[in-house]
Amino acid sequence: MIRFEDVSVTYDGAREPAVRGVDFEIPEGELALLVGPSGVGKSTVLGAVNGLVPHFTGGTLRGRVTVAGRDTRTHKPRELADVVGTVGQDPTAHFVTDTVEDELAYGMESLGLAPDVMRRRVEETLDLLGLADLRERPVSTLSGGQRQRVAIGSVLTPHPRVLVLDEPTSALDPAAAEEVLSVLQRLVHDLGTTVLMAEHRLERVVHYADRVVLLPGPGEAPVVGGPAEVMAASPVFPPVVELGRLAGWSPLPLTVRDARRRASGLRERLATADDTRPPVPVPAALAVPALTAEPARRRWWRSRHRGAADLAPGPSGASGTAGTGPASEPGPASLAGAPGGTGAATASGGLPAPAPVPAAVDRLVVRRGSVEALRSVSLTVSPGETVALMGRNGAGKSTLLSALVGLVEPASGSVLACGAVPHRTRPRDLVRRVGLVPQEPRDLLYADTVAAECAAADRDAGAESGSCRALVTELLPGIADSTHPRDLSEGQRLTLALAVVLTARPPLLLLDEPTRGLDYAAKTRLVGHLRRLAEEGHAVVLATHDVELAADLAHRVVMLADGEVVADGPTAEVVLALPAYAPQVTKVLAPQRWLTVRQVREALA
Amino acid sequence: MTVTANRDAARARASALHPGAWWVWALGLGVAASRTRNPLLLALLIGVSAYVVMACRSNAPWARSYGAFVKLGLLVLGIRLVFSLVFGTAIPGTHLLFRLPEVPLPDWAQGMRLGGPVHLEEVLFSLYDGLRLATLLVCVGAANALADPSRLLKALPAALYEVGVAVVVATTFAPHLIGDVLRLRAARRLRGRPDRGVRGLLQVGLPVLEGALERSVALAAAMDARGYGRTAAVPAAERRVTAVLTLGGLLGVAAGSYGLLSAVGGVYGLPLLLAGVTAALAGLWLGGRRTPRTRYRPERWGARAWLVSGSGVAVAALTVLAAAHDPSALTPPVTPPTAPELPLWPAAAVLLGLLPAFLAPHVAPGPGSASASASPSAPAPVSASASPSANAPASASASVPNGKDRRP
Repeated sequence: MIRFEDVSVTYDGAREPAVRGVDFEIPEGELALLVGPSGVGKSTVLGAVNGLVPHFTGGTLRGRVTVAGRDTRTHKPRELADVVGTVGQDPTAHFVTDTVEDELAYGMESLGLAPDVMRRRVEETLDLLGLADLRERPVSTLSGGQRQRVAIGSVLTPHPRVLVLDEPTSALDPAAAEEVLSVLQRLVHDLGTTVLMAEHRLERVVHYADRVVLLPGPGEAPVVGGPAEVMAASPVFPPVVELGRLAGWSPLPLTVRDARRRASGLRERLATADDTRPPVPVPAALAVPALTAEPARRRWWRSRHRGAADLAPGPSGASGTAGTGPASEPGPASLAGAPGGTGAATASGGLPAPAPVPAAVDRLVVRRGSVEALRSVSLTVSPGETVALMGRNGAGKSTLLSALVGLVEPASGSVLACGAVPHRTRPRDLVRRVGLVPQEPRDLLYADTVAAECAAADRDAGAESGSCRALVTELLPGIADSTHPRDLSEGQRLTLALAVVLTARPPLLLLDEPTRGLDYAAKTRLVGHLRRLAEEGHAVVLATHDVELAADLAHRVVMLADGEVVADGPTAEVVLALPAYAPQVTKVLAPQRWLTVRQVREALA
Repeated sequence: MTVTANRDAARARASALHPGAWWVWALGLGVAASRTRNPLLLALLIGVSAYVVMACRSNAPWARSYGAFVKLGLLVLGIRLVFSLVFGTAIPGTHLLFRLPEVPLPDWAQGMRLGGPVHLEEVLFSLYDGLRLATLLVCVGAANALADPSRLLKALPAALYEVGVAVVVATTFAPHLIGDVLRLRAARRLRGRPDRGVRGLLQVGLPVLEGALERSVALAAAMDARGYGRTAAVPAAERRVTAVLTLGGLLGVAAGSYGLLSAVGGVYGLPLLLAGVTAALAGLWLGGRRTPRTRYRPERWGARAWLVSGSGVAVAALTVLAAAHDPSALTPPVTPPTAPELPLWPAAAVLLGLLPAFLAPHVAPGPGSASASASPSAPAPVSASASPSANAPASASASVPNGKDRRP
């Protein structure tokens, strides 16, 4: 159905081809997965299927790509529109019209289908993707998951024989991702649609694939094969495969079910090793001072004078924790908390000492228009603690983060970020208390070179010159000063934004969906940075759909649903209680409570 | 989102009014406004449009544009007043209000003045005139708020479809741009820079433009991949006929309108214009056959559309009649300044424009009025939109091939 014959693509101005020696065939009715680290040309291969590469992007394509017998050299993308449906990484860039129903009909209108057929298929697709309630909604008002479903629906309606999807689930919560994938699988099974998709989150998709096309590195020829055999040698793999490799299982399990059936031996070994097993990660400080002691309008300079005094009653004030994790081990934890806090204070070098509670949210209500985005949310984050905010798309995670940096005003309740009321604090003062890396890190970057960006960050934060550049060098070695931020990869850009935010040394660090578009290597590096920051005493709050990331990093998980906190507790407890949010290792080794391969490896060592 | 879902559900597409009807109605009010300088009548027109907009608008993004147009109208009124104060008007006045410092102008600028005495008559005249302009703007704003601009473009002939898409893309471009500006200004706050003020706005200019450019390229790629611009094979002869008809028609239209407007061509002007229009229309129709596009749920011009547009036309026609019959009532004299009176019959005519407010709420599906049908249906959309993933298994359980039998 899709056939690449010795294809190489060289973009204009590039010395090396972006992809080289691509030669494979995907038969009709297969679901093929395109995997590989960031920047190996996955998007180029996907674009070549519907002819956007090279008709639209420019560059030279050598070799031949045929789809359903049509050569993309002689057929423009629009002439392939009836056989290939494409959804890019960003669904908003895909929308042509402004309401859901029109969007679903657009492709069919272009192809000239009869009105009654169009009507039928729109209704069918609305039901298939659960969009019936949204049919009249302007696409700009939809949440991320809804947009993704509309984008997929809009290419499904013309009934293409080939679907090409670039990271269809990376912006989705686990449940929505399952839903999208089950739709895709049904298309493959029932209609014989051929699907080619690229995805970084292999744990979500690899078991659906009939065939995996692995691009091992830039310019290297792809490896094609069954999922199990490719995963055995792949540089990118999901946790279940990592566990299988660790345990030496062969053939490698791809699904939790396969792995569970083979895991009894491993479970026994782990049970014996259980005594020496490292405990589920605990934050540096579990006990926090009672937040009720903080008047809402306290000035920051007063917090500076009282900061040291407030740190002291920490251990005794443990009773005031607002639903924080286990208060069972306050002794050692809070002992660790105090040095953590002062560590951050000394590190900030002359800046006001951090207030005792990095984030104190009390019965917060936020309205967006007439909708309550957050309803009576209370949350306290102590220094050195990493909290993962999870929940569906549109549950209010980003709104909570925005409230903590003062981008939205509370309708009632109070928000304190290091003792300051965020929306009443001047941005200049606020950056030293709280930093947010937004969903789109590019928004934070204005300058046209990395060096200029760093200099600006130093000025913004009032830090001594060179401190941002030092951070960049530490987090992101090998980046030249003259590089344009736009030319960085997704992961590099995120790290640069992180460095910019960290220049002001905020005790509270917020990240919104930090792993979208990151491959496993970039993710591991990010986890390393964040863990080190938490050890230094930074409080980290991340809104994420990535359960593996939360399991790896977070001390505590807070689940939001419909603007309310529905679960708040240590990571292990929360994810065990919610199967959809449990990481693969947990599912495989249940009832034992393991979260990540790292823990298992350390226990076995 | 619950309210949005609710209101939009009540405003089902099948029974939505043809956008053209709203434009006819609003332009009717606009024509009426252009015929009068009576501030009371103009205020009544604004009131009528505001009432109808409040009663009938949806929750879509474009529906919020009415407020913007009102502000624009006020701005125009203000500018008009300031200009008349500074530069004076041709209206002779006797009631001196105050005297502005006058700037002596050189000889070549004779006939102009800068500053000087300000008379009540001048102020009144420019106030009425500015109010008329503002009313026109508000009427356009009402049409904008009530009618989805992209649906209006769907009613274009097929040959003009691609022009229509360009306009739609442009109209969706502006809201995206505003969204970008807001997002980037928020991001400035994260960098510790002031997020308010003009400087903040200027500094995000370049990133916003960059983003806009990238988005346009991405959109063009998406449209191409979805079949935009596909053409059907058409015989060469037909293509040539299309070209000749369209070009010839346009030439005819140009020559005909010249003939109509100039003194010499009174005889051949009108026939030439009509012939030109016919030829151009035929060309468009033939050209439309080249695009294989079809229309999804085209707009229908129903009884309500007739009534809504009719009310607008009636307002316009009656006001024009009244203006011809009794000009002094519609343009109250400013010399000497008198308190304007509300002429009874033109005011009643303007009130006809309220008709859509009572027709349109009945667009809600199901029996009864909008308020009656909206409240019982409220719980369902609320729970459904609150948990998009929760209701999915139910809808997803139906399989694809059987979908043809399922109709809501």
